[in-house]
Amino acid sequence: MFNASLKQLSTQLAERKISSVELTKEFLQRIKTLNAEYNAFITVNEALSLAQAQNADQIIAAGQANKLTGIPIAQKDIFCAKDWLTTCGSKMLSNFVSPYDAGVIERFNQIGAVNIGKTNMDEFAMGSSNETSFYGPVRNPWDVAAVPGGSSGGSASAVAARLAPAATGTDTGGSIRQPAALCGISGIKPTYGLVSRYGMIAFASSLDQGGPMAKSAEDLALMLGVMTGFDARDSTSLQRDSEDYTRDLEKPLSGLRIGLPKEYFAKGMSKDVECAVEQALDEYRKLGAEMVEVSLPNSQLSIPVYYVLAPAEASSNLSRFDGVRYGHRAKSYDDLNDMYRKSRAEGFGAEVKRRILIGTYVLSHGYYDAYYIKAQKVRRLITQDFVDAFKQCDIMMGPTSPTVAFNIGEKSSDPIQMYLSDIYTSAASLAGLPGMSVPIGFGDKNRPVGLHIIGNYFKEAQMLNVAHQYQLVTDWHQRLPTGID
Amino acid sequence: MTLSVNDVKRIADLACIETSESEAQATLGQLADIFKLIETMQVVDTSSVEPMSHAQDVVQRLREDKITESDQRDLYQSVAPQTEAGLYLVPKVIE
Repeated sequence: MFNASLKQLSTQLAERKISSVELTKEFLQRIKTLNAEYNAFITVNEALSLAQAQNADQIIAAGQANKLTGIPIAQKDIFCAKDWLTTCGSKMLSNFVSPYDAGVIERFNQIGAVNIGKTNMDEFAMGSSNETSFYGPVRNPWDVAAVPGGSSGGSASAVAARLAPAATGTDTGGSIRQPAALCGISGIKPTYGLVSRYGMIAFASSLDQGGPMAKSAEDLALMLGVMTGFDARDSTSLQRDSEDYTRDLEKPLSGLRIGLPKEYFAKGMSKDVECAVEQALDEYRKLGAEMVEVSLPNSQLSIPVYYVLAPAEASSNLSRFDGVRYGHRAKSYDDLNDMYRKSRAEGFGAEVKRRILIGTYVLSHGYYDAYYIKAQKVRRLITQDFVDAFKQCDIMMGPTSPTVAFNIGEKSSDPIQMYLSDIYTSAASLAGLPGMSVPIGFGDKNRPVGLHIIGNYFKEAQMLNVAHQYQLVTDWHQRLPTGID
Repeated sequence: MTLSVNDVKRIADLACIETSESEAQATLGQLADIFKLIETMQVVDTSSVEPMSHAQDVVQRLREDKITESDQRDLYQSVAPQTEAGLYLVPKVIE
């Protein structure tokens, strides 16, 4: 059961071959046995999960089931879930039991999905390796010496180790796509504005976007259908008609124009990744797609621009953590200001502090125009590159990450090297475009490689179709790490 | 641009994060490297480009000016470090 697709699980539940309680118990048992090895979950709460499973069984018995009713879903610990410890990977929120549900959690609750636990993540989603978590690093099920990627590394590891059938993630500069690639699973960051940010603890609000992580494109399509939708409580939520993201899965790909941004193939990509990407592109040629060279001339500026804008927004968003209304408060202090300063110094980890300082600096008097406004202008140029390139192609492809998963500790003392892990993913984030990663093979040390698929705005159904057709003729997405059986 | 330890301390002060001398020293080197990376964007001519703040360039939605929230003070204060009689307690700020 633990390796079944969401569609298979849904059928089994509908035909009463298994109950949601039985299914939930099976995954809870797997987590109990294997989580010590991967550290994918920060919080597991059997009582809350089983109560939801019992409720789901009633919904199914009443004939009111949706496709995901009764299915256990792992939730990234960035999503506030009522009565659940919600830490965002930080000591700052180590005592925060959320009094309310995020918009995304509400949507899963409404259809009777089961929250199987809260997954580990880089602190406040700031990281590409999951090593900044206050709750310890997550391990990659393909090789426990390797990082799972980040920031949604717990979700990626949980799905790869089959500790949950599917999971949620969030992506600011690559935090769904990069860990999906490094853990050999599929993940999609939809167009900015499609998934509610209400109750999703804010990092960089103009970039943050939730999305699903799962074993296949078909599973992602089902998850995305639940997660997307207008939410008036999120000021940047888009008002659009709901979509069936599975509608185009079976379409043939003949005539599809795949754009290959020449800058993504020029340098920086390691040989093993390049080899896997070339093989995947050959597979697409066999499926009838044609390759078109396109150019994103400003894409090399996406990391500098990202490291102005994201920290700037973070420094503002994280000013709410002051030890007054929730979260960590220092034990001893002299006065109110000292309380703020000590609570924040104790509650935040090194990377979070670093980014708050960068953000504070670029927003400070005398530097605002030179850094913040400048970065916003270059952001428009990066976006315009995509608009121009999409006149020549339907979809774009390249590597998700320049290398396979690196070792735990390998880059943790060098922030710049870590930041460059997102070199291929951050441009699409800045443009607000949807991006996804699908597994396409293995590179050095037999670690997974991901293919980055960038779609035009609101073309998620097409991207899922493109990924699904590949997964019908390949089996990379069905491979299991050693020991996962 | 050259950052000094005093700049780091000033930023940390603005950000309300207590920072020791040795932490400020260690941070200085890292921030200098990061700003070297950031500076690479300065070479681009953006004189005729409008800043971009939202991917879809949408305007902020307006809503009717009416109360939509119910009173959940007790629930929300249940996670506060220190409260009394429905108030958040902080160190005294007025002599």
